[in-house]
Amino acid sequence: MTSMTKHLCGACIALLSLASAGAALAAHGASDDPFPSTYHPAVSVPLAIVGATVLTGTGTELADATLLIADGKIEAVGTALPVPEGYREVDGRGKWLTPGIIDAHSHLGVYPSPATPSHEDGNEAVSPNTAEVWAEHSVWPQDPKFRLARAGGVTSLMILPGSANLFGGRSVTLKNVPSVTTPGMKFPGAPYGLKIACGENPKRLYGGKGRSPATRMGNVAGYRKAWIDAADYVRRWDKWEAGAKAGDPPKRDLQLETLAGVLRGEILVQNHCYRADEMAVMVDIAREFGFKIRTFHHANEAFKIAPLLAKEDICVATWANSWGAKMESLDGIEENAPMVDAAGGCAIIHSDDGLLIQRLGQEAGIAMTAANHAGLPVSRGEAIKWITANPAKAMGIADRVGTLEPGKMADVVLWSANPFSVYALADRVWIDGVIQWDRADPRYQSPSDFVLGQPGQGFAR
Amino acid sequence: MIRLLAAALALAAAVPVAAQTVAITGGRVLTMGPAGEIERGTVVITGGRIVAVGADVAVPAGAKIIDATGKIVTPGLVAAGTALGLIEVRAVETTDDRATDASELSAAFDAGYGLNPDSLLIPVARLGGITRAIATPAYKDKGGRELLFAGQAAAVALGGRPMLMKRGVAMILEMGDAGAERAGGARAAELVALRALFAEVRDYKARRAAYDRGETRDYMLSRADMEALIPVVEGRMPLLITVNRASDIRDALALARDEKLKLILESASEGWRVAGEIAAAGVPVLLTPIENTPASFEMLGATLSNAARLAAAGVVIAIEGNGNHREREMRYNAGNAVAHGLDWPAALAAITIDPARIFGLADRIGSLEPGKEGDVVVWDGDPLDTLSRPTAVFIRGAAQPMSSRATELRDRYLPAVQQPANGETP
Repeated sequence: MTSMTKHLCGACIALLSLASAGAALAAHGASDDPFPSTYHPAVSVPLAIVGATVLTGTGTELADATLLIADGKIEAVGTALPVPEGYREVDGRGKWLTPGIIDAHSHLGVYPSPATPSHEDGNEAVSPNTAEVWAEHSVWPQDPKFRLARAGGVTSLMILPGSANLFGGRSVTLKNVPSVTTPGMKFPGAPYGLKIACGENPKRLYGGKGRSPATRMGNVAGYRKAWIDAADYVRRWDKWEAGAKAGDPPKRDLQLETLAGVLRGEILVQNHCYRADEMAVMVDIAREFGFKIRTFHHANEAFKIAPLLAKEDICVATWANSWGAKMESLDGIEENAPMVDAAGGCAIIHSDDGLLIQRLGQEAGIAMTAANHAGLPVSRGEAIKWITANPAKAMGIADRVGTLEPGKMADVVLWSANPFSVYALADRVWIDGVIQWDRADPRYQSPSDFVLGQPGQGFAR
Repeated sequence: MIRLLAAALALAAAVPVAAQTVAITGGRVLTMGPAGEIERGTVVITGGRIVAVGADVAVPAGAKIIDATGKIVTPGLVAAGTALGLIEVRAVETTDDRATDASELSAAFDAGYGLNPDSLLIPVARLGGITRAIATPAYKDKGGRELLFAGQAAAVALGGRPMLMKRGVAMILEMGDAGAERAGGARAAELVALRALFAEVRDYKARRAAYDRGETRDYMLSRADMEALIPVVEGRMPLLITVNRASDIRDALALARDEKLKLILESASEGWRVAGEIAAAGVPVLLTPIENTPASFEMLGATLSNAARLAAAGVVIAIEGNGNHREREMRYNAGNAVAHGLDWPAALAAITIDPARIFGLADRIGSLEPGKEGDVVVWDGDPLDTLSRPTAVFIRGAAQPMSSRATELRDRYLPAVQQPANGETP
């Protein structure tokens, strides 16, 4: 009972600090964080995972190491660590331990399974600027793919609107826990992202409707017009606040509120952009209006401007295998992420897909192996960052997750084998120190409501 | 004439690449044939064909020796269900020859025409160890077009000439959701329409001369389509049906039984639920074993264990890649099937000898046996794993370049990222 009280109290403090973080993150002019996270990890027992090969997410690989988890946080990791009394011991011998996998680009919940127009809610494709929509209002938490991603070791993921529009709307960052509501999955205190799309998709869609943008120059004009409006919106609010908030405040505008959040550095730009030349244009636009691009997504040609992206501190979220579907993705190569990494940049392997999200380790393994084959040496300790620490940075949650450093949330995966191999299965997945997936125990496989009573639910898929 | 002769001589001079004798020595040879696995074996290829495989094979004098010590040697991989040779950039229509929306052409559409051996996709697939593929038609429906068949698949080689290996290796048909939609919105509509079509093809076959004199009733299909379906109703050309729901699979099996068709099932997400019936019918299954999401209402039972369960029931399976530009992932799909219960040798068979058997090509490719065409891949590790890659690929006895446009792009930009410390940005 005493320990219970202690845990609850700890949660209270955490909640208080998060609430204030949420308020600080709210876009200027907004009353408050209107859709707060309601996710509370269950109370967990202290845990010692012993004997596994550990990839810490900080670049290090430790053989026969021990990881200690207490109060839902990483307490310690190292070799020859004694297991404190009262810790439940998990045998990790012969297995591999990594931070929870983080997917920086997912449409789970907004493009759920089964695919039907009834709940395909990822693109508000009626106007090139829909910065006012929020992905969290489209997420269907019963999408069966959340569980499949959990079985693939994914513990956090950013759900983005699609790429139909120049400004697609706000992303939401989720903890991959079973929940009836989306706020019950929301990563507490994670910043919002703004989805921006370059290239073929917006111009094809709106050009096809006989309206702008119909060309890439139309795309750029569309971005710049919107940023001019957003800068004006920020000035009006600043003026009102500088005037001691005298008189009526300016009218809130949901669309401009999101763009203003970017200009104020509170909302992170998540930019779908394939071609090197287009990414360079986007960097210029960001400079013109004084904001930062946090991540280029897909970015098949990032390897051509890897030093520039490293200098600008822009992450690159990409694949090893996807190429050729469109002209703008024709130059995709397996070594894209490792080449960004070699230039000193922040390289990420992302999924954008309900199958690939289940095996991001394999995709990273393909990129790593291709790089090593091409004479660009990449260690496993480095490559695991592409699906842990680096996506955490892209999503603005690197202080909380992405590595096995003490004090971080205990999001941890115990793998049956080298996590870059096709043979690796996530034996167990902990999120905030709570077991959320156990391959051997149906109690921790939590199928979504949708699949109950459907064929084939007697096994872990 | 002299010019023609000179051209012929130039061609003859180009031949020796394939004609050259190659000996791949010292590797762990997984023959996928009667010789099984040879711990330290030699494979000898002469004139484009395998002439010897074994542990005690002498290396012929003058042979080019490929030292495979410490490596794994397999047959070239055979990829079913691909668009190789038919597509370049998916969103560029002029480069996409997978499908037709012509109103008079369905079963007669033949993927063996119009193949592009210079496609950028081919070297990429080859670097994934793929040496042969089944170029497979797709659908391009226009409003109101209700033609049920996509056309005929062709077997192709990813190196040497000609690219076309064998025409008409299967007739492509979708059932389930997509087929029902095409037939008017219901499964029953397609099943009834198919039975009616097959009856008409038989009728046409018996009364061809009368048809040409205009003395028969009107048929639903064009003459070309009916001609194309004759080998199907005679059971000579397999009907390859893409189908997923267990009940739809049963309907496909019943259709084939009643109409005496030779059947291949494709996708078969819920195949594991009717695996015994599929096995009893002797019907092989092509599948992508990683497709485990309930992506549609006909795939609610999709599972990663489908491949293993089908194989355990005795079904011959072939594992497919991830389509179009992503066929190189086929071997990883096979590895994932192993992670979910399929025996490793069965997984390798599912991307080599078994697809060759399913499409009637096993007399020429799919295993390392004397007399077969010289398709061999040398691997630096487990061919099914992400952590290994081919170090050499031979097709029809000729060493293939270990490069692609993608590797050329890589090599162009590699120097700029290998020395980032000088502070210069390009």
